[in-house]
Amino acid sequence: MTETILDIRGLTKTYKGGLKALDNVDLQIRKGEIFALLGPNGAGKTTLIGSVCGLVRPSGGTINAFGLDLMKSWRQSRARIGLVPQELATDMFEKVHSSVHYSRGLFGLPSSPERIEEVLRSLSLWDKRDAQIRALSGGMKRRVLIAKALAHDPDLLFLDEPTAGVDVELRRDMWRQIDGLRERGTTIILTTHYIDEAEEMADRVGVIEKGRILLVEDKSTLMARMGRMEAVFTLAQPLQEIPSVLSAFPLHQSEDKTQLIYRGGDGTGQGKREVAGLTKMLVGQGIDFTALDSHESSLEDIFVDLMEKQE
Amino acid sequence: MSGPLFNARGTWAIFHHELMRAFRTWIGSIFSPVLTTSLYFIVFGAAIGSRISEVNGVSYGAFIVPGLLMLTLLSESTSNASFGIYMPRFTGAIYELLSAPVGFVETLLGFVGAAAVKSLIIAAIILVTATLFVDYQIAHPIFALGFILLISAAFSLFGFILGIWADGFERLQIVPVLFLTPLTFLGGTFYSIDMLGEPWRTVALINPIVYLVNGLRWTFTGSSDVGIWISLSMTLGFLAVCVAVIAVVYKTGWRLRD
Repeated sequence: MTETILDIRGLTKTYKGGLKALDNVDLQIRKGEIFALLGPNGAGKTTLIGSVCGLVRPSGGTINAFGLDLMKSWRQSRARIGLVPQELATDMFEKVHSSVHYSRGLFGLPSSPERIEEVLRSLSLWDKRDAQIRALSGGMKRRVLIAKALAHDPDLLFLDEPTAGVDVELRRDMWRQIDGLRERGTTIILTTHYIDEAEEMADRVGVIEKGRILLVEDKSTLMARMGRMEAVFTLAQPLQEIPSVLSAFPLHQSEDKTQLIYRGGDGTGQGKREVAGLTKMLVGQGIDFTALDSHESSLEDIFVDLMEKQE
Repeated sequence: MSGPLFNARGTWAIFHHELMRAFRTWIGSIFSPVLTTSLYFIVFGAAIGSRISEVNGVSYGAFIVPGLLMLTLLSESTSNASFGIYMPRFTGAIYELLSAPVGFVETLLGFVGAAAVKSLIIAAIILVTATLFVDYQIAHPIFALGFILLISAAFSLFGFILGIWADGFERLQIVPVLFLTPLTFLGGTFYSIDMLGEPWRTVALINPIVYLVNGLRWTFTGSSDVGIWISLSMTLGFLAVCVAVIAVVYKTGWRLRD
């Protein structure tokens, strides 16, 4: 059984004014995994992260990290947790190297120029070590925040929207960095608006909405359970009705009878196989078509479906 | 599992970070208050002071040295500590401090220690600079050092509270400008409260700064308007109240943690 590194039970946060940002949240994070927490703006993602990292005072519930009660053993727990915040929040007049050095000291570790060099090199920041942070591009500033969070070698790393506002190339680069961290055994919890990011990187996915966890599931299981395939055949001639020989397929027609639409599959490839079989049968039945558009649902489609069901 | 109860490296990191911030902006942090105080010495000490007779047995120039030193210590300690904690709150960089394994004691020692050390550096430069304009003695140097340390620490703590309380730059300035500076000017910086007639002398004793200025003045000149032990008690009392307030702030997370 995989070891649980973070165990959240009944976590509730009600802000002054009555806003319930977290409502009885239960969440267990496994050691060594990348967990993507998805949710619309205001769903409670940042409050959840803040509760674990000591930025928010929970109204109720318990948080255990590394088997320790976070409220009682906060020193030991926090020393092993890293946070990359959503905002580019740091002393912008400071130099890159001294800022990362400060972060390491803050977490109680002795000075280690070798380790800081390693972190800066891994994030392609070594050449910028003597630059003031304000002089860097947005993407590089975000890398500095990641370097600061990695300076104390955390076992559990929170990345709150790590690629917000960075260009596509840098995003891909960061995905590689995060993958490298996973290989070194760091457990990563990331929140993101880019669902393709979660699809690309996460082992498990959690969806949060209005402070409640709607689901937590292995990404592949989720895609198999909720994934769908859609294939639209544009017919050469309108078809008055679907031939009975095709009744085994989940098919329906467009209103003007010029399109035959397949919607099925389960995200494991079954849809693709059925569409291939359907294509052969259409040809065999002499039903001519001029175009075929197919689309397999992504994690984004699943997420949107879930959100729509909530509404 | 028990862990360390005190994060010494974290404390040093905050302290060093804050001191470096001051040196990075040394013109505003160090040069500016020294220049301002030097101007006071030139105007009140050398120019006008030479036309004023002795006060409490010392020349007017020597009389105002502890007062001006107090004026600078109060304003610099308060502003250094208040900016030190307010800026990370304003920029959001405080997330790092709050998520780190540092608590109330480490944070206070780091921020307040750095603010107090900056004040001490400024005090030392001012005292050296003062020798260029006025002839003064320090009657009780050990007491003087102790008093300067206490006042720097107490007002750095006060500044820390101010930096947590403030929710904008305007509020950050309100207390020093509207309360601290007037109370310091009216607290006997440039005059002995014995020069005031009644009832103003009695009214002046309500001003807590009077006790601080007179405490420091006693360490320089050997005489003051109020007793040294009363001054010392007032300073220690103020320091204790500030520590207690900050302890409550950390316990409740007021203005720090949502």
